[in-house]
Amino acid sequence: MSLVFAGVCSHAPGITSRAEIADPALRDPFYAGLDQLREALEASKPDTLIVVAGEHFGNFFMNNMPAFALGMGDYYEGPIEDEAFLKIKRRRIPGNAELSYRLIKAMMNEIDVTYCEEWKFDHGIAVPLHFLTPRYDLAVIPANINCQGPPLAPLHRAWAFGEAIRHAADALPERIALVGTGGISHWPCTPDSGKINEVWDREFLGRWTSNDKAALLSYTDEETYRDGGQGAFEIRTFISVAGAAGGKGNLLHYAPIPIFAVGCTAATMAIV
Amino acid sequence: MEKIMSLYQLQKVFFEINRNPAIQRRAKEDFAGLLTDYDLTDEERDALLKEDIGLLYVMGVNGQLLMHFAALCGVGWSDYLEKMREGTRVYGPVRAGVYTMTTGLNEKVAGQ
Repeated sequence: MSLVFAGVCSHAPGITSRAEIADPALRDPFYAGLDQLREALEASKPDTLIVVAGEHFGNFFMNNMPAFALGMGDYYEGPIEDEAFLKIKRRRIPGNAELSYRLIKAMMNEIDVTYCEEWKFDHGIAVPLHFLTPRYDLAVIPANINCQGPPLAPLHRAWAFGEAIRHAADALPERIALVGTGGISHWPCTPDSGKINEVWDREFLGRWTSNDKAALLSYTDEETYRDGGQGAFEIRTFISVAGAAGGKGNLLHYAPIPIFAVGCTAATMAIV
Repeated sequence: MEKIMSLYQLQKVFFEINRNPAIQRRAKEDFAGLLTDYDLTDEERDALLKEDIGLLYVMGVNGQLLMHFAALCGVGWSDYLEKMREGTRVYGPVRAGVYTMTTGLNEKVAGQ
């Protein structure tokens, strides 16, 4: 059929693990934004959901670090983090190896992709799924862009990764949904955890919602690191979604929530 | 010849402990024995055996790896952040990697 849905959201572990100590006045409107994202996803009636995240050493390490990877399993497991810490129960999440195979084969016409028949989801995928597919009844295809261990793929390759997803999805009979997770500015797992550069975030979201390719791809990693922290390398996931969808973004929610250690974001993007 | 720091080998310890329950069990039973499998400097080995989160942070261990090790050591979230901050106070700035502290020593960021 085609790509039928595109969106983005935050994935920070604090979103679930520190939910109880967050101010409800900040937390609940963000959760409502995630609900809106889920409703829009469900309304698109997808056969499968591709989640593009930047994982955090649940699967990939510096001995063998793919720039881009996709899952090719009939099921996955997660979260890899301690269940009591993340407050998400560990489970099997359905996949679709045969569909992954066809998707990856088509994408390889445009971009080199590592395929993975085994994948342990960390919070980068587990937290979004907790809100977006709470019944765990939708087949998921995990995708990863290395945002942790430099050297990282340049932004224009993240865009090309999204375009490759789009072209492959459009040639398949299934209805494919796509969600990118991560960023925007944050300094997770450092003493600066909780610091958020709202001005920088809103500037990025402006570029993203207007799908201004040149502006999105103009950030250098040095600027991103300086202004958005090492966590902001995950703008690659948002950029891949912009490359795939091609339309304008609709921001459902953005607010800095320091106890969640990130500017909490939920948005959809028109597919054109 | 004096051995130089191997951040790769040091981080590999965390990667394997964090994701492999069998290695986690080995670490609990005989951590020193487990560490002989890795090409570590004396400073790196001592920091691990003492669970010195602050020094490990200063050495440049990626926070996404160190966070889970801290949790396995029973260190809570706010204590983990404070141990990293204390590490830079005692041992100086972060020596490698992209998880450098960017705020001042007296600033407390999380939860504000």
